Amino acid sequence: MEFSSSLSLTTITLFLPMVGFTILLFMNEQKDKEAIKWTAFGFSVATFIASLLMAFQFDNNDSGLQLAQRINWLPSLGISYFVGVDGLSMLLVLLSTVIMPIAIFASFNAGVIEERGRVKLYYLFMLLLEWAMIGVFVVQDLIIFYIFWEVTLVPMYFLIGIWGAENRVYAAVKFFLYTMAGSVLMLLALLYVGGQAGTFAVPEIVAQVQSGQLSFPMDGIFSTQSFLFLGFLIAFAIKVPVWPLHSWLPDAHVQAPTAGSVILAGVLLKMGTYGMVRFCLPMFPQASVEWAPIIAALGVIGIIYGAWVSFAQTDIKKLVAYSSVSHLGFVVLGIFSLTSAGIQGATLQMISHGVSTGGLFLLVGMLYERRHTKLMAAYGGIWKVMPLFGGISLVVSLSSMGLPGLNGFVGEFTILLGTLGSDVLGTLFALFATAGVIMAAVYILYMFQKVYMGEVDKAENKNLPDMNWQEVAVMVPILLLIFWIGLQPSAWFDVMDATANALVNQLQPHIEAVKNSGVPTAFHDLMMHIWA
Amino acid sequence: MDVNFSDINYLPWLIPVGPLLAFVIISLLTNRSKWVPATDHHEYGGHHPDYDGMEVPVVTTQSRIASIVVGMSGVVAAWLMSMTVFFEGISTDKLGDKTVFASGMNWLDTGLNALRMGVLVDPLTTVMLFMVPIAVVCIFIYSIGYMAHDPRQARFFSLISLFAGAMLTLVVADNLLLLFIGWEVMGLCSYMLIGFWFEKKSAYSAAIKAFTVTRVADVIMLLGIVYLYAMTGTLNFREILNNPETLDMLSNAPAIIFGSWGLSASGLIGIFLIIGTVGKSAQFPLHVWLPDAMEGPTPVSAMIHAAAMVSAGIYAIIRMYPLFAAGADPHHGVYSEPLIFMAVIGSFTALFAATMGVVQRDVKAVLAYSTISQLGFMMAALGIGAYVAAFFHLITHAFFKALLFMSSGAVIHAMEHGEHHVHEHHHEHDEHDEHHHHDETEPHHFDPQDMMNMGGLRYKIPVTFYAFVAGGISLAGIPLITAGFWSKDEILADAWLGLTHGYGPPALVFIMLALAAFLTAFYTSRQIGLTFAGQPRTEEAEHAGLGGPRSIISRTMQLPLIILIPFALFAGFVGVPPEFPIFGAIFSPDGNPFFDFVKYTVLEAFQPEKPPFSWWPVLTSFGVALGGWYLGWLLYWREPVKAGEEDPIKRILPESIYNTLMNRYYLDDLYKMVFVQPSQWFSRVVVSEFIDRGIIDGFIHLIARLANWIGDLLKLLNLWLIDGVGDGIPQGIVRFGVWLRRVQTGRVQQYLILAIMAALLIGLIFVVSTTVAAN
Repeated sequence: MEFSSSLSLTTITLFLPMVGFTILLFMNEQKDKEAIKWTAFGFSVATFIASLLMAFQFDNNDSGLQLAQRINWLPSLGISYFVGVDGLSMLLVLLSTVIMPIAIFASFNAGVIEERGRVKLYYLFMLLLEWAMIGVFVVQDLIIFYIFWEVTLVPMYFLIGIWGAENRVYAAVKFFLYTMAGSVLMLLALLYVGGQAGTFAVPEIVAQVQSGQLSFPMDGIFSTQSFLFLGFLIAFAIKVPVWPLHSWLPDAHVQAPTAGSVILAGVLLKMGTYGMVRFCLPMFPQASVEWAPIIAALGVIGIIYGAWVSFAQTDIKKLVAYSSVSHLGFVVLGIFSLTSAGIQGATLQMISHGVSTGGLFLLVGMLYERRHTKLMAAYGGIWKVMPLFGGISLVVSLSSMGLPGLNGFVGEFTILLGTLGSDVLGTLFALFATAGVIMAAVYILYMFQKVYMGEVDKAENKNLPDMNWQEVAVMVPILLLIFWIGLQPSAWFDVMDATANALVNQLQPHIEAVKNSGVPTAFHDLMMHIWA
Repeated sequence: MDVNFSDINYLPWLIPVGPLLAFVIISLLTNRSKWVPATDHHEYGGHHPDYDGMEVPVVTTQSRIASIVVGMSGVVAAWLMSMTVFFEGISTDKLGDKTVFASGMNWLDTGLNALRMGVLVDPLTTVMLFMVPIAVVCIFIYSIGYMAHDPRQARFFSLISLFAGAMLTLVVADNLLLLFIGWEVMGLCSYMLIGFWFEKKSAYSAAIKAFTVTRVADVIMLLGIVYLYAMTGTLNFREILNNPETLDMLSNAPAIIFGSWGLSASGLIGIFLIIGTVGKSAQFPLHVWLPDAMEGPTPVSAMIHAAAMVSAGIYAIIRMYPLFAAGADPHHGVYSEPLIFMAVIGSFTALFAATMGVVQRDVKAVLAYSTISQLGFMMAALGIGAYVAAFFHLITHAFFKALLFMSSGAVIHAMEHGEHHVHEHHHEHDEHDEHHHHDETEPHHFDPQDMMNMGGLRYKIPVTFYAFVAGGISLAGIPLITAGFWSKDEILADAWLGLTHGYGPPALVFIMLALAAFLTAFYTSRQIGLTFAGQPRTEEAEHAGLGGPRSIISRTMQLPLIILIPFALFAGFVGVPPEFPIFGAIFSPDGNPFFDFVKYTVLEAFQPEKPPFSWWPVLTSFGVALGGWYLGWLLYWREPVKAGEEDPIKRILPESIYNTLMNRYYLDDLYKMVFVQPSQWFSRVVVSEFIDRGIIDGFIHLIARLANWIGDLLKLLNLWLIDGVGDGIPQGIVRFGVWLRRVQTGRVQQYLILAIMAALLIGLIFVVSTTVAAN
């Protein structure tokens, strides 16, 4: 493959936050406090504009890498700086660059940053985080991917650890160690894959796998391919998080500052599901097909489990955090239905979840700024004192529970389509997943009733001010996306259609093989091992 | 796509746009209020009862009027366009058979099959486009007066516009997905409007109940939609329902679950879709939300019970009827699972709800149960293949039920007016008696909706009385002069035809519906007797009124009633069987017009047979309607209930039955015990505390503790072994040095001795080594 070594738009988008980071380094915390904020915001907006330019140049009909750039870095080891986007990563880059300015703008008046100080450090971390996130989505080299993957941990660790709530250190350490533990396995697996392939460039590895030039033996669950697949998968599953590896998430969310939660839910979790689509499926097709029922089953358990635990929460932020487990269970189900509809639905659900859960965290943050508590019992009748806030909260809540006409529904519907049309998953998956949709309504309506409906019976709530213009400005892009995706989803599907179809076509022979040969899938295998 | 909205194929797109646009404009622009401290509030002398110690939003009159104007313009525009389409539709020859008005566009493109969104006008849509906008416009006019004193009137108009827009979207949709979107948005609107007064616990509980119960059904319906799409690759009505090959394929393919028991794909999809309607149209066992739904403002009840929500449920299954009947032939005794399901659920619900209607004291509750019961009629009719009769009853029911609800709203308003009057009166007394806190010490529990508090209202609110009677006799199916009679009679005629052939489902439907019709006539007669007959039973009823004949409230609330009276009485004349003596000759000289228009919606194979005229069902209709009405008359009109007297029904029915009926067969309690409380307990104690905190997080903590413990162990090992060796060597050297230091005493003699000893030692070693080497 030949790629121009001139500066591509992807590289510009990737490094714009770094430029901002460098400039911020030389600013004076005491003297230029406002300037620091606006510089960070300015660069995040510039990054967004650059990513928009990428989207305009993006050709929907091309299923391969676009806007790519490659510079050899360590040719002897086959490591290169290799960036580019396809239909899936394009959307996720856009998600990151949209969420970031919102998160930065929402931090301007955050009480906790005023209180703990270190404004400059805060915005430095934000820009570092943005750089690393975009990096994860555009990089096509396994080693560099791994570096970006790990770098995202650092700023988030400090965001939670420095500007978090009471129990922040515990949450930050748990978040860091849990994710680290997973990525070590991935490092081993990717070193092995790179060593075998002689290159770390993902498109080349995938091409080798496809042509049969490179093949990892896959016979039973204790085979090379199976282990490599799981090495990647576990790292991603922790990040998503897939049940039962989710227990770091509620703590991290509850303790993180508002912007941290927004980014965490909005983008960081999607790195896991993105990784599954980008690496697991094309590099280990047989293992993906064989493991699909098991991973999808974990996804379905997550859907129901997350909903059920959400319902029991008394803390609004925790409720939203567990709802993420539920929503991302849908994404995992969609991916491992191994159908084009399922994967596209999953990708759209990633975007939708980022928008609506990000929105919910922003709203909870606004309540927290006013009352300094996240317990539902402290509220009641908020709709009456803050009608605008109540109305917007209702829209975002409904989008989260998948009301048709809003964004959440489209992804869920498409994932269900994919699940029912899947050759590797049975009907029961769809049946149980729909049970999760019912329960989503229950916990969202429960939360809405506790916080917004009823009489204003707490004296502290009686004169809460409604949203100010900054808060409205933060919510406007979220609302626009909610309606846009909900009412006109074809624009979004067009972007990823070609990529998803190409991916599924590549998997199809393996799906057929498993279906026709009657060879036991990993699930059967696992059962046999347990029985034996 | 060459869009030209003056083209009849594109015009339907614009019908829902008016109300939807009104929703957006009111929400974003005209719903403005000014926040003033409660102490500055002029209307309540500084003490706003609902905003104690808070700032109060004051909606300006301009905002109020602007919202009303925008809302009204939206629906009137929708009504005008609907009428255009309607007249175009009824003047088209055999609409539905060959031609339909339709257009579409791509919506969701996931590679295999693009989902298209579009509009479709066939006979079914045409008739709905007649009924829905008229009912909605009436409800809007009515709301101007009904909500005149509510501080959130603008918000009300925005939500009810969205409600109307969603319903119209559903009606013009050409595919199940768009229908489902409208369906769910309506669910949301019902949630927000039932809980419109969200401060009240009863209101928000009812709202949540309505949304959750219908949502359970909707999600199952969604599963049916997804399954249908997976099977056929399309959700377009015409492509599925007017395509014999697709229907054949669906009825021959075994279903993904229960397929081995002989259930076909169309059967399973059908049952999933019908469950959606069981929720939306409040059929047993998901009917529990509808009686509570009267917590919303009365115009909302009219909207839910007549124009939109519950009608949408029945409309959807009428629309999907060929799918349910695929592979079956109900007119020749071959029933599919979905048909039997509908016949059983429908006929049971019709009778079941009617029994509860008999004992209700709340004027709106009686109507709520009557709605459930009447929807059961339609569902049962569909179950026996009486496709047109079910639709006919849907239309007539919508008119008389809208009329009844708005009349009952007027009754309630009048009673509240009376209450206000009495309250002020008392207040004056109190001041004289120096009992300033009368209200606080003795809370005045007056229920303006309790019929036992009414009586004699026919002289206080005559227009409402006539409207109520017109709606009531239509609901009761009083023969010949009401719309309800003709539609109910057609259902019974269809059932009778099946019964004479000896088929099971029609026999069941005939018996159950006849009994239900009897009870319907009885409770309607009872309701009118209790409300309007005799003398006022309370002081409030004595002073009931709508605030003078010229007030805006009185006018806007009575105008819709007057508009709807003729529909409730005469709408039935479009569907008179031609063989019916006298009436047939007058109204249907060229065959039943409604029947002949609607039947072309479906393929010929599914078109219902026109039942031959038979006296038995007609006489049954006569008998049950007049008999039930007469019984009510005997108990409640001949000797109207007087103040302080008990409800006669309480005397007649055994106490246990009366209590069971009043408590809705204890179903709500049962659901609470079986579903709500266990799942709350399960989620809190088992899933959240035990599994999540205990096992999963506990496991992580265990690993962390284990890691800590290993770390401590390593630290110890480190101390002994690694540090032992590592530190040992330098320490040894140091110790040696310390020991060696003792050598350096600074005394010359000792040095000399040491030097000699060293020299001797070296000499000794030299001698020994050379001798050894020499040997």
